[in-house]
Amino acid sequence: MTERLEAGFSCPAPLADRRTVLLGHGSGGKLSAELVRDLFLPAFRHPALACLNDQAIVEVKGCRLAFTTDSFVVKPLFFPGGDIGTLAVHGTINDLAMGGAQPLFLSVALILEEGLPMESLRRIVASLQQAADRAGVGIVTGDTKVVEKGSGDGIFITTSGIGVVPDGLMLSADLARPGDSVLLSGSIGDHGMTILGQREGLEFESAVRSDSAALHTLVADMLAASDRFRCFRDPTRGGLASALNEIAASAGVGIELEEPSIPVREEVRGACELLGLDPMYVANEGKLVAIVDAADADRVVDVMRAHPLGRFARRIGTVRAAPSPVVTMRTTFGTTRIVDMLAGDQLPRIC
Amino acid sequence: MKYVDEYRDARLARALAADIGRRTTRDWVMMEICGGQTHTIMRYGVDELLPPAVELVHGPGCPVCVTPIETIDKAVEIASQPDVTFVSYGDMLRVPGSRSDLFHVKAAGGDVRVVYSPMDALKIARQRPERRVVFFAVGFETTAPANAMAVWQAHREGLANFSMLVSHVLVPPAIRLLLGSPANRVQAFIAPGHVCTVMGYSEYEELVREYHVPIVVGGFEPVDILEAIRMIVAQLEEGRAEIENQYVRSVSYDGNEPAQRIMAQVFEVCDKKWRGVGPIPQSGYRLRPELAAHDADRLFGLSTMTAEEPPECISAQVLQGLKKPTDCAAFGTRCTPERPLGAPMVSTEGACAAYHQYRRHAMDPVKVRG
Repeated sequence: MTERLEAGFSCPAPLADRRTVLLGHGSGGKLSAELVRDLFLPAFRHPALACLNDQAIVEVKGCRLAFTTDSFVVKPLFFPGGDIGTLAVHGTINDLAMGGAQPLFLSVALILEEGLPMESLRRIVASLQQAADRAGVGIVTGDTKVVEKGSGDGIFITTSGIGVVPDGLMLSADLARPGDSVLLSGSIGDHGMTILGQREGLEFESAVRSDSAALHTLVADMLAASDRFRCFRDPTRGGLASALNEIAASAGVGIELEEPSIPVREEVRGACELLGLDPMYVANEGKLVAIVDAADADRVVDVMRAHPLGRFARRIGTVRAAPSPVVTMRTTFGTTRIVDMLAGDQLPRIC
Repeated sequence: MKYVDEYRDARLARALAADIGRRTTRDWVMMEICGGQTHTIMRYGVDELLPPAVELVHGPGCPVCVTPIETIDKAVEIASQPDVTFVSYGDMLRVPGSRSDLFHVKAAGGDVRVVYSPMDALKIARQRPERRVVFFAVGFETTAPANAMAVWQAHREGLANFSMLVSHVLVPPAIRLLLGSPANRVQAFIAPGHVCTVMGYSEYEELVREYHVPIVVGGFEPVDILEAIRMIVAQLEEGRAEIENQYVRSVSYDGNEPAQRIMAQVFEVCDKKWRGVGPIPQSGYRLRPELAAHDADRLFGLSTMTAEEPPECISAQVLQGLKKPTDCAAFGTRCTPERPLGAPMVSTEGACAAYHQYRRHAMDPVKVRG
């Protein structure tokens, strides 16, 4: 019996290196990071790019500008709490805001698929305009291309944005240091589960809505309350877990989270349980995580809670010295586990 | 959340762990069969709460992990055909075959789709009569009823373009194989609650009698698992060997009889190869001959494919509970979730992936570096 067992026990061959682009390369997880590290950074060599923040900070004639770009390929185009237009404006504003910048101008480039109903395009354009107006930024340039039916998915939007960074403000993920506090502006997973619920045709008992929102005024209030911020991140694709892993890797530190402190709405938690997903990896579009000197943490949380987008803000963890950059979580049981970055997209489990 | 929070109650868990500690007078080795339970143990650190004398080893109950490499190769080949829409549960897509995986088939233009239910595959077959729609039916007894229902409906509707690539495995024959091995160290089992929800637990009575081994049907939340462990420790310490049911809120003695009936109408028991384990007699399901028109194995004429599995990884011993994932020289270095050598590193239910995801911080730092 032993012989038969031992002989039968074997394992599969490693796959050859990746020959094609996989969907996981766009997931915000390890595969995305691999592309950036192995292909983009060596190709585009520039110090502003090498910081790997959500935006580049460049100096032009004594003025520090934040510059960023983002593409939006969401399906469905319209969902509770927003649409691809609101996302395209909020996403780029938030990338600027995470650098502490006051967003000023946006560009909007549209790739339209032949056959897209004009009514859908009108609605999306109206959303773009309203979202920009509300945020106080101008859409000042744009472009439109149309591709043949079947070559796109209704509409793809790319927005770029420019903002001004206040004098003397230095924010970067690599500035995080042991002892700093980790703050989160509210519940996680709302956007991702809204989209997934729409896609899978799930009906939630109470409505789950995307949290899509422009965060620059919240950031401005926070910056006014402390001058000891290290960095801000908006945990979009890849969720809170990926954003924190990126910070830990940049700064070469560990981040220790307290499990009970991370807010997840009841209906989002239920949907995640049902689908076998972890909310730590689900996308957000109106939340931020900030690293700040522990001495200022309480004051900053109070300021956040006074802002409509930070009502449920809280301290969720602490930066620690660690031999390797790793995010860990103290579970409700008092045990500790790793909160890793995902390889690619979260995959629904069989059972 | 009802039916969840009370089973994740930290106070209750610590009280159970303390009680297990008080009852334990010597070393015991027990195995949780199901990968879902392994995942919970790692995620909550259930094993860290236990006295050192109680050792948990992780069983072969990850359907993704034990699906034979030949079956993955078949799936890849079928999915690559231009007139096929290949429909699967999500976590099968990244499992490496001998040359490729379903993600790469999709990237190369194959029509590969992820669903949560085989009924979604039926829907696609109805909407797209010009496509051959193939559902990848993987899993233990848990997923078998829904898969059986899909085939049964396709048969009833005369849906000629719907077929199923079946790779179903059964739990009791695997426990029998483990117990019969001279290398076996396992003294008791936590039986998988979801499987028993469908099948009941009468079929474990024979194993208990024959091998004098305690088996407790357990749920999937940390408190469930700790309670099952306490029941097992009590049996072991008292020298009893019985089948007991911890997961009473879901499992009855006879299980779900309508589900069993539809399974019996659609599937028949067959010998089955388990990846990493080898052939196990009478341990799987295949479609009954009268449903051959929906059997992708027959339709695509691939039944004789064989594939070589190279030697470096130790998933064999891991799936048998003889070694821990961290005993593998390739763990976390040459074998990671991004570049898995073996299937237990692919699915989050796989023991290696669970260790990698939640436990690397406990390891020797030299091994951690990728």
